Amino acid sequence: MIAAIAFYVFAAVLIGSAALVVSSRNPVHSVLFLILAFFNAAGLFLLAGAEFLAMVLVIVYVGAVAVLFLFVVMMLDVNFDQMREGVQRYAPIGAAVGAVLFLELIVTVAGWQFVPNVTLHLASATPAGVTNTAALGHLIYTDYIFLFQAAGLILLVAMIGAIVLTHRERGASRRQNIGVQQARTMANTLEMMTVAIGAGSRQTGILRPLPPPARPLDDHDDHGHGGHDDGHGHDDHAHAGGH
Amino acid sequence: MINQNWILALPEIVLAICAMAILVFGVLWKRSNPSFPCAMLALASLLLAGVLALSAPLGSAYGGLFAVDHFAVFMKLLIVAGAGLSLILSIDYNVQTGIDRFEFPVLILLCTVGMMIMASATNLMSLYIGLELQSLSIYVMASFNRDDLRSSEAGLKYFVLGALASGLLLYGASLAYGFNGSMDFAQLRAGLTSTNPPAGLVIGIVFIVAGLAFKISAVPFHMWTPDVYEGAPTPVTAFMSTAPKVAAIALLLRALEVPFGHLGQSWTQLVVLVSIASMLLGSLAAIGQTSIKRLMAYSSIGHMGYALIGLATNSQAGIQGVLVYMVTYVFMSAGVFACVIAMRRQGLALEKISDLSGLARTDPMLALAFAIFMFSMAGIPPFSGFFGKLYVFYAAVQAGYWTLAVIGVLTSVIGAYYYLRVIKVMYFDDAQPAFDARSPSLSFVAAVGALVTVLFFVFPAPIVNAAQIAASALFG
Repeated sequence: MIAAIAFYVFAAVLIGSAALVVSSRNPVHSVLFLILAFFNAAGLFLLAGAEFLAMVLVIVYVGAVAVLFLFVVMMLDVNFDQMREGVQRYAPIGAAVGAVLFLELIVTVAGWQFVPNVTLHLASATPAGVTNTAALGHLIYTDYIFLFQAAGLILLVAMIGAIVLTHRERGASRRQNIGVQQARTMANTLEMMTVAIGAGSRQTGILRPLPPPARPLDDHDDHGHGGHDDGHGHDDHAHAGGH
Repeated sequence: MINQNWILALPEIVLAICAMAILVFGVLWKRSNPSFPCAMLALASLLLAGVLALSAPLGSAYGGLFAVDHFAVFMKLLIVAGAGLSLILSIDYNVQTGIDRFEFPVLILLCTVGMMIMASATNLMSLYIGLELQSLSIYVMASFNRDDLRSSEAGLKYFVLGALASGLLLYGASLAYGFNGSMDFAQLRAGLTSTNPPAGLVIGIVFIVAGLAFKISAVPFHMWTPDVYEGAPTPVTAFMSTAPKVAAIALLLRALEVPFGHLGQSWTQLVVLVSIASMLLGSLAAIGQTSIKRLMAYSSIGHMGYALIGLATNSQAGIQGVLVYMVTYVFMSAGVFACVIAMRRQGLALEKISDLSGLARTDPMLALAFAIFMFSMAGIPPFSGFFGKLYVFYAAVQAGYWTLAVIGVLTSVIGAYYYLRVIKVMYFDDAQPAFDARSPSLSFVAAVGALVTVLFFVFPAPIVNAAQIAASALFG
């Protein structure tokens, strides 16, 4: 009885918050509703006896992914109103496609019939004598180890892709080189001088020499490079917005 | 003793490890630009994977997730060949375009791993994982020239549409799974005893076909092809039109023939329709093109239409025809793109058909190679393209699909117009200034492609017999 009530509460809040994720105007609210949706989905997993999945959902999605979303939403200046401009125009087409898919789903469910021996293939959520987490581990690391490793390769490709497409070496940036810092000795940093009493700083020669006059060509080059980069970033951004 | 599972998947595992080793090598190599040594290492790894694939024992591994049979071996060799040729094409192009980064060969290797998994997949899950590994690498490679707006656009467009296609495929796979409770191809087949499958399963098959048709750019899922082909760096276009097409065709053949082969009446109509539409669009829409890369995009749509004829017949002869067709197509296509990459004047890459005018006088060898590929693509004997078409048309006639065969012949006549127009421009139009000296890598790929295309009719037996054995593996 309590489980049934809990199920309906979790399910209702889940669907409600999922709808609000899509419809709320403020993107920060969207992300917060998304977190609510994740928590309720975790509740549903708990009810189904999959406590490991529930914890993973909370830790990974709420703890990492949703927080990352929040950062992105807050740090990037994305104009969400501009992105929504096309919605009105394309809503009828989208609704039509959605309606067709929904009709097909109804046909599918109405005419549903299982294969006679379908129960032979089905794995139960909690196999006898094994805890849920152990069963999951057995599936992932023994039965599906090949797919698990291949999925790891997919993540590797995603990582390479993100670096290849966005990382730019900036020659002008001042990097901290710890090795060089450590190797500094007093001899090449400090110069001990004996200063005559009463001499002004100008007479002692301890003022640093003036920096060499800036080379206009180099300066211009650097500037041009930066401007070039910026222009591209802007272009790409505008382009993505257009899509 | 090593588990049999790992031995069967050895080519994939070795290739993946090589890719990761090359990645580390490229990061640590500080002395010079590591892209050239990495490309060479990647070529060696591809060669190694090809040898391993050829010598791998046959069998099924990982509880039915993965199978090595003659069909898989045939497809893997073809995939490795396509990937290797495209990699060779990329070496000099990337340097000239300023995108010679060592990640490129690594991505090609990882993509090849994905494609090899696709060729061996006997489970809806391994099918999807392989497909995603392949697609994700290609999305990155398509936008590899990131400072070029068209390249970025190509990558983005392909990514968004590809994600949609993956969604459709997953939806179809979930319907098939929900019906049967198993994602294994053999168990799917065992469960489908009645010859009259429920509507839900048919919808599932339709969605799976739709998702895979997107990957081989068959009509009506072809919209991305011309833009992505045009925008992507040319070696990537060459890659996209060779190896991934082979892998997706392999997936389509296995996913339809093994679990659903006996339910032919519920999906052959679909394949017939897609095939006819692809052939028509491929031949008609290409006529007005001025860019050689867009022309090749429409040409590849048409070629996939011809290849699908063989699948539509749902017979062993038809599948054999598809396999022969793919072999001829991979070598023709790699050769054509070698010629397209050679189109460079004063360091600028050209891609207009009119830029080719009078090529026969300035560079007769390049013009000859180009002409061979164009004749072959048009299906004119004695080049290999003719035999590819011959096998699929013959299978169609044998299986009673007269309409398909007739439409196929008619569209290849229409297609011949634009292929021959390229030859006419090269041989009979006024000469323009000569192209830059082409790099040896391009000459090599063009020569390999031309040799296979020309000499196919002299020694067709090895390929035709191998295709027959491979096709029988699906019907065994």
